Amino acid sequence: MAGTSTADKKVHPSEAEGVAREPLVLNDRPMSWITDRICGIVENRQPFIWWVLFVPAAMLFGLLMGTLVYLVSTGVGVWGNNQPVAWGWAIVNFVFWIGIGHAGTLISAILFLTRQKWRTSVNRAAEAMTLIAVMCAGIYPGFHVGRFWMVWFLAPVPNANAIWQNFKSPLLWDVFAVSTYFLISVIFWYIGLIPDLATLRDRATKKIPKFLYGFFALGWRSGNRQWRHYEMAYLLLAALSTPLVLSVHSVVSFDFATSVVPGWHTTIFPPYFVAGAIFGGFAMVLTLMLPVRKLYGLEDLFTHKHIDNMSKIILLTGTIVGYAYIMELFISFYGANKFETDAFHLRILSGPYTWAYYCMFFCNVIAPQIFWFQWARHNLWVVFIVANFVNFGMWFERFVIIPTTLARDFLPGQWGYYSPSITEKLMFAGTFGMFFMLFLLFIRFLPVIAMSEVKGVLPQSDPHFPDWKKLREKRRQAES
Amino acid sequence: MAEFSTASDLYHAAEKVHEAGFRRWDVHTPYPVHGMDHAMGLGKSWLSAAVLVGGTTGFLFALFLQFFTQVSLYPTVVQGKPTNLFTMPAFFPVTFELTILFSGFTILFGLLAVIALPRWNHPLFNSKLFEKATDDGFLMVIEARDPKFKKEKTHDFLQEIGAGKIEEVAH
Repeated sequence: MAGTSTADKKVHPSEAEGVAREPLVLNDRPMSWITDRICGIVENRQPFIWWVLFVPAAMLFGLLMGTLVYLVSTGVGVWGNNQPVAWGWAIVNFVFWIGIGHAGTLISAILFLTRQKWRTSVNRAAEAMTLIAVMCAGIYPGFHVGRFWMVWFLAPVPNANAIWQNFKSPLLWDVFAVSTYFLISVIFWYIGLIPDLATLRDRATKKIPKFLYGFFALGWRSGNRQWRHYEMAYLLLAALSTPLVLSVHSVVSFDFATSVVPGWHTTIFPPYFVAGAIFGGFAMVLTLMLPVRKLYGLEDLFTHKHIDNMSKIILLTGTIVGYAYIMELFISFYGANKFETDAFHLRILSGPYTWAYYCMFFCNVIAPQIFWFQWARHNLWVVFIVANFVNFGMWFERFVIIPTTLARDFLPGQWGYYSPSITEKLMFAGTFGMFFMLFLLFIRFLPVIAMSEVKGVLPQSDPHFPDWKKLREKRRQAES
Repeated sequence: MAEFSTASDLYHAAEKVHEAGFRRWDVHTPYPVHGMDHAMGLGKSWLSAAVLVGGTTGFLFALFLQFFTQVSLYPTVVQGKPTNLFTMPAFFPVTFELTILFSGFTILFGLLAVIALPRWNHPLFNSKLFEKATDDGFLMVIEARDPKFKKEKTHDFLQEIGAGKIEEVAH
């Protein structure tokens, strides 16, 4: 880019005295090794364990389809939600999946703008996870409208009485926020994929893969006259996605915060939801990537440094979430609003769902505190188990917020108890099937790590550092 | 088409080709090489200007959609909330989202327009060496239709600036 310093460097940043950084790719792997290793996942036969995971996931996906047919043909009465708890598991699961879908764009956009180069090894898989999670999320409000064939009422077109949507409703804001988020994430993901699809195209030997990868690579030639616009497009998308990713979960939280229900009507909701979404999203990225890394031998690309950084983000956002939990309690006490105080009293002490609150609090606030210790961040089993605690805890957070608040509102005469029906449980299991099935298909057909981006952060890819061969020799000697 | 062994070699070669005054040439690398725009004498991409226009369109469209349908065409009073010009704060989220959405589509289609893709066929795809551009090759291509291109002279020039393998691609 114009204006940047282009003088040759004598010392590579990874060797700089006092501020030396760990290399992002271990063992000084050459570029062709990266291409072979990543493309190999797509080109070779899948390991047996892939099928072991894929078949049950596909069966669960079938179960989801069956459940949805049963739901539509019978009516939403087969769900357990009713007055006063009108929003049951369907909305809990919607917020859960949307939250998971936040890590991808955070890694791609915010970490790109802040020049966090380690993001290159994780962003592709995280973005794919984002898209899949948003698809899973979208199922719930779609069917929650009751009559699925009327779902077009959400789109900004007038109905038969020429009445338009109510643009002052947070539920409509949500429609716009989630659909914009999905479309922008697809564009971001696809633009990032184009150079890697071209790599797969150039390596493909069979006719059909060559045609398909070639078709979607759009004839990319990786010339600098293309790269310079490509880089600008990527920068602009990152700059636009950064406020977008923060806005989506804020808008989701408006569904609750703009209501008058005690326990929902709080101003802390937008930042609290965003921190929680990033927290849950990173936990899910780790849950998926730790096995992928092991299974496909990506230890040199997805290193301990990556896991360490992501664990630290989980620790930070988990602590923010913990602060929000405690601040909610404090404000309900300090605000001296009787209904607010009672809502939180029922939530943490005497209500029917206090067990869910403590479950949430332990998983989200206490469990990640172990990441203060380096040994915990470097032990993959600890990281994997804590990440799953977080997945579990973030689901409970939404459960605590939604049904437990609705079950106890203003008039004791309205109080009720909610438990999900079997249809809701099967549907939730089914979306997990859909999530894992689509992620496994992504691993099977598309490069799981952004090759062109990882190549750009290697020491030998810096044109202003001509001495990288000497550096490599030095490292090799140090090892032997 | 010439192959160079490292990013650094290609970078310095590009500076020389630019100085020599060639116009129809490009470097092909597996990742965007830092500072290469500077070496090739290319300016800042003007895609950002197109996106400003796209984003503004989205912003105005969203305001129009909401004010026209809610205030002028069919004012619906829900929960006692007023329906007039001061409804602005409630319209903000949708305005914001549509601004981003329109900008995003401008980026995608604007990018494809400025880099002239999709174009599935190109003379360079006939070369086996060119496949390295998406793997680990650092290639430089000078087109024969460049006014300064002379077969032998350009060949020698490329050798002089440090090219390894040099190949002629049929076009």
